[in-house]
Amino acid sequence: MIAYLVQRLAWAAVLLVATTLMVFVVVHLSGDPTALYVGPEGTRADYEMVRAALGFDRPLPEQYGRFLARAARADFGRSLRHQQPTLPLVLERFPATLKLALVAMLLAALLAVPLGILSALRRNSVLDSCAMTFALSGQCMPTFWLGILLILVFGVHLGWVPVYGGEGLRALALPAVTLGVWAMARTARITRSSMLEVLPQDFLRTARAKGISEWGVILRHGLRNGAIPIVTALGLELGNLLGGAVITEAVFAYPGIGRLAVEAVVNKDIPLLQAVVFTIATALILLNVAVDLLYMVLDPRVRLA
Amino acid sequence: MPEWWAFHRRTRTFLAAPSARFGLIVLAGVLLCALLPGRLAPADPNEQQLLARFTPPATRTSDGTLAALGTDQLGRDILSRVIHGARTSVLIGMSAVLLAGAVGTSLGLTAGMRGGMSDHLIMRLADMQFAFPFILLAITVIGVLGASIRNIILVVGLSNWATYARVVRAETLAVRERAYVDAARSLGLSRPRIVWRHVLPNVSASLIVVATFGVAGAILTEAGLSFLGLGVPLAIPSWGGMLAEGRQFVDTRYWLALFPGAALFVTVMAINLLGDALRDALDPYLQSRRAVGQL
Repeated sequence: MIAYLVQRLAWAAVLLVATTLMVFVVVHLSGDPTALYVGPEGTRADYEMVRAALGFDRPLPEQYGRFLARAARADFGRSLRHQQPTLPLVLERFPATLKLALVAMLLAALLAVPLGILSALRRNSVLDSCAMTFALSGQCMPTFWLGILLILVFGVHLGWVPVYGGEGLRALALPAVTLGVWAMARTARITRSSMLEVLPQDFLRTARAKGISEWGVILRHGLRNGAIPIVTALGLELGNLLGGAVITEAVFAYPGIGRLAVEAVVNKDIPLLQAVVFTIATALILLNVAVDLLYMVLDPRVRLA
Repeated sequence: MPEWWAFHRRTRTFLAAPSARFGLIVLAGVLLCALLPGRLAPADPNEQQLLARFTPPATRTSDGTLAALGTDQLGRDILSRVIHGARTSVLIGMSAVLLAGAVGTSLGLTAGMRGGMSDHLIMRLADMQFAFPFILLAITVIGVLGASIRNIILVVGLSNWATYARVVRAETLAVRERAYVDAARSLGLSRPRIVWRHVLPNVSASLIVVATFGVAGAILTEAGLSFLGLGVPLAIPSWGGMLAEGRQFVDTRYWLALFPGAALFVTVMAINLLGDALRDALDPYLQSRRAVGQL
């Protein structure tokens, strides 16, 4: 078990270093990144000054070494637009995105898992067809279009929730549903197929023979054994939700990290963009480690390996 | 079983699904729009008629032209822009999948056939690709390189190779142990020839299914980037770009965002239905389970 844990943590460290390399490579894709910092209106003298100050005149491996050393100290430089260190700016917005992603995830899990179980139990019924049509539609629905439709119906016509801005859960409702629909659809499909694999197994018949109630059999024995793919899917979904929040936040003008990323791109604020990417990637990597740890709780084969 | 009979059976399974027929019909329409937008669209998609701004759907403009899906804030015909937008989506969706498929298949075949260090390295690279939030990578690359159709194809294509590599590697590992590959090897065929003649055709079924879903994903990504203002230039009609413009007027002029979104939704749905039907028709595991009544 310890070996498994050490292996997963070592892999997380490799991924973190790989993320710094990826960010570094992307920023250098345009050749000399100095132009991104100076902008089109900068003079030749500005260009040379910035190039020397930021070290872009040094050999690439040396530049990467310095970048890595700064990243290890969580220093991604100053935002070109906000003229202050980037990381506090990102961390200030991060809780809003995390809250949005977690509520979306909770919605997805609370609706999708029961829906998937019911679909599997009533296979080929009207309920199953409706649930799977809903799941397919959810997977095909562009989040930004769904967001606009929800604003139109619940914000403009019915006036139940604020269209943009606002406080509390009411303000979070539409963005969370928009963000969570894809995860909900996917999790419902995975839960259904996972339960279809588990339901004909002999150990469920044994549990029934021991006199356990039908729901006890399904939830305690069936769901427990079908949980690994569901947990994997939900774990991966939280990652997708954090990344996918970029679009949802743009639809609802939600003040999260995703909107900050788009603003950074539009303003060519490369240090800020680096900090956003690195923060989200780190959160995802830690999340994957957490999902791996959860496997150990759920699956004795992993725990004992 | 003769090859033609297997093909016939798979085609019959595929076409028996109503969802596949629906998907095929919708996609044929989208492809027609993408190939002949100039002939099908009633107007120039960029022609502005400022006197006919915000004409509602199924209404005639002041010059008597019918605006079937209405006009936008600049008086441009929405139906014509939706038809021309199909070209952008199809072009980017298919090109990105071709790129991702070519890179992923080459790496997957290399990993599966060579094994050892190459396999380990390629699969760890794929793991890294999966661990990174794709949309963030896409907007970072577009932020650095600038928005253009070429850059979107590159970023969407090169960000999705890992799925193809994983599927092709898994299939290759199974195929390379088959007797006919052993026979080809003992006949002295070179490794590239074995891969080209014997391995690639046998992994192509899974590849087609993954690529089908990939086109839907690439179309959604392009639309998402265009919606964020990081996609194709505004002068080129795209469904995502139209949605971004329509969002500003959603409280009073619903049709600006409704129709491009519906086109996107129906297209992605059709591709996914087609993908599901293809998987059912091409997957021997599913077929054998269906034969014994497990599904």
